[in-house]
Amino acid sequence: MSDLKPRYDLAVIGAGPAGLAAATLAAQRGLSTVLLDEQRAPGGQIYRAVTQSPVRNPSVLGSDYWHGADLVGPFRDSGADYAPGTTVWSVARSLDIGLSRDGAARVLPARHIILATGAIERPFPIPGWTLPGVMGAGAAQILLKTSGLVASGNVVLAGTGPLLWLLAWQYLRAGARIDVILDTTPRENWRQAMPHMGAFVRSGYVGKGLKLLLEVRRKVKVIGNVTSLAAEGDGRVQTVVFRQGDGAEQRLPADTLLLHHGVIPNINLANATGCAQNWDEAQRCWVPTVDGWGATSVEGVSIAGDGAGIGGALAAEHRGRLAALDALHRLGVLDRDARDRDAAPHREALDKAQRGREFLDTLYRPAKDFRVPTDETIVCRCEEVTAKQVRDAVKLGVSGPNQTKSFLRCGMGPCQGRLCGPTVVEVIADARGVSPAEVGYYRLRPPVKPITLAELASLPKAEDEIAAVLHH
Amino acid sequence: MSSPTPQPDVIVIGGGLHGCSAALHLSLRGVKVLVLEKDHIGRHASGVNAGGVRQLGRHVAEVPLTVASMALWHGIRDLVDDDCGFESHGQVKVAETEAELATCQARADQLNALGFTHEEVVDQAELRRLVPAIAGHCVGALVSRRDGAAIPYRTTFAFKRRAESLGARFVEGVTVAKIARDGKTWAVETSDGAHHTAPILVNCAGAWADRIAAQLGEPVPLEVIAPMLMITARVPPFIKPVVGATGRTLSFKQFPNGTVLIGGGLLGRAYRDENRTDLDFANVTTNARTVWDLFPVMRSATIVRAWAGIEARMPDDIPVIGPSGTEEGVYHAFGFSAHGFQLGPIVGRITADLITQGRTDLPIEPFRIQRFRRDAVAA
Repeated sequence: MSDLKPRYDLAVIGAGPAGLAAATLAAQRGLSTVLLDEQRAPGGQIYRAVTQSPVRNPSVLGSDYWHGADLVGPFRDSGADYAPGTTVWSVARSLDIGLSRDGAARVLPARHIILATGAIERPFPIPGWTLPGVMGAGAAQILLKTSGLVASGNVVLAGTGPLLWLLAWQYLRAGARIDVILDTTPRENWRQAMPHMGAFVRSGYVGKGLKLLLEVRRKVKVIGNVTSLAAEGDGRVQTVVFRQGDGAEQRLPADTLLLHHGVIPNINLANATGCAQNWDEAQRCWVPTVDGWGATSVEGVSIAGDGAGIGGALAAEHRGRLAALDALHRLGVLDRDARDRDAAPHREALDKAQRGREFLDTLYRPAKDFRVPTDETIVCRCEEVTAKQVRDAVKLGVSGPNQTKSFLRCGMGPCQGRLCGPTVVEVIADARGVSPAEVGYYRLRPPVKPITLAELASLPKAEDEIAAVLHH
Repeated sequence: MSSPTPQPDVIVIGGGLHGCSAALHLSLRGVKVLVLEKDHIGRHASGVNAGGVRQLGRHVAEVPLTVASMALWHGIRDLVDDDCGFESHGQVKVAETEAELATCQARADQLNALGFTHEEVVDQAELRRLVPAIAGHCVGALVSRRDGAAIPYRTTFAFKRRAESLGARFVEGVTVAKIARDGKTWAVETSDGAHHTAPILVNCAGAWADRIAAQLGEPVPLEVIAPMLMITARVPPFIKPVVGATGRTLSFKQFPNGTVLIGGGLLGRAYRDENRTDLDFANVTTNARTVWDLFPVMRSATIVRAWAGIEARMPDDIPVIGPSGTEEGVYHAFGFSAHGFQLGPIVGRITADLITQGRTDLPIEPFRIQRFRRDAVAA
């Protein structure tokens, strides 16, 4: 790790659009800046492997994907240091970053930190979702981007949201087969989304979105108004069982079932740092509480991009630049007026990029039956805890996710609640008849990503030892 | 909400294990109890500690209490209708050198002289039989075979539920704003504006207990600490007893599900007014190195989470148990200094004894609050 400086003015965590844009702007304006990223190449999830994807035909992944490359060039020229393959497992209020790289851990101090940890797929707990062959559409998309791999055999996509349709489109472009799409978008969402239609029509998305939808619908059978879903199989998924409306149970053969019903902010690092968070009813998830610059309740820690509420890739870029300008201000490089002046074009671009968001949020809000699963469904995969166990604990007087965690161990596994937290919150809220806002969320703890005992044991112990390692 | 609730006989401040245990033992004797908890039951040290049920290595003053408590642990289901996840595979304190083993022997001799036989010294062969994964350089150990471990939150919750089933009332999410005396009645005002009255108060407020004591005119030198723990991903079962070390700080145990808990009392930083703790990774590293040295099998293990609880420590590392030194009708049980979990069952009984009988059979003189009076320190 000798390529990293002993400390930085600004550390940006995550090399998706928000992180790339933030680090680029900050470094261009003279801050000593480092971009720390878990992946081996820049792009985050949305532009995953944009510099090295084996999928060379640009029409497969689409021009929006290749826009990611436009962010990487300026970043490379910006003078920011870049640390790929780096896992950040802790950000302390002291602005010390705990990280691991090449099997060794260290602590890196910074004067300001921008978390650009992006989004994760909302857990989609249905009976049988833990069977091999069932996976998130996002995971399938990563395989396509990084390795050019698509699922084979009978492929069923199920769920709702723009990414589901994008993946279907990319799959078809890549020559892959999709047997059927089971659309779980609730009927009533259309009615609720209508008032937001105007803004959406004026956004840049509508034309592209419609084209993509029509192309997919032309080539794949789409079954709408799907109200229940289950995966069945012996040792791996073989059958998808579903209902349409109040209709009878139907069965489809499936070797692969790709599930998706939206993305939510990846809040784990912010939560473990102690950043205040609030329940976002429109997006139906917990989000860190930030101001217009992405500043959190923890002095010196900002969040840019989807990690502070889902806004999409283009919005993330602009949010990254705004957070970087605010960091420049806080570190004394820009006065308030200069920050506000320089921010104006980015703010305008952000407003434009966010136009139509309410429509998408409302239309693609997942149905309650898929957020609050049936009793026998596993909610915590790590500890194999079912929805019934959570409900039974609530009956005993266990009132929130931290108590069910202590009581049932759900959320204590290696995923640190990424796969169960949102569901556990929904199940408890439903069982108690209150809003998730009242139920709260897990108090997460570092390391937010697993590290080995060997890495921890290798952590330099005191300041002088850290210095010794740095000057090694 | 409008129906008037009968005045309790006792108000317990603090819904940790000790508050819940006091409530249970009082309820078992027909005493009407109200427990006031500022967060939720078992939120702090009681719910997030290492769960060690340990007689081994305790301060001599605590030995009669820990032995009596152990008897309750071995019948815990009879007491609270739940096994609390209690398993008894012994606790082992490893000696890494002959000098450390001599310290173990001296300790065992000391307890034997006092008439206690639960701690014994074992040689290298027996240590290896008990803990096959222990590093080769370890020469022996001090062992307490009836010790074990339980699941802390489940235990605290079980005490609460049992007390509740016997009529105790729990009010969570309210802090004590003011305590005042009116003749023989205590009036406790809570943050929600409610007033509660009872002739007797019990202070089980843990890391906040000094504030209650100060309101009663007997300030105590309580330090707020944040003992840290970490846990690994599952590994194949390789160890049954809970293991500590003689010359270093360690508490090490594997749960039935394969995860391994590593702790022992190394401290992070506590911010009790914010209900918050920060980890100190330098100390976490020390703990990791100890495990590296003592359990080679653990070197490739993955740490999935680390945390700290908020706990009270007294200057002499033993708790305050017993009646107030300034006020009639007040009893204390706090300051367990990061080793109160095993004592939970018995200290609740002691408090109930004091309240209902005016005395207890167990020697609690060393734990009196008066030991912290300025003149007591000077003397």
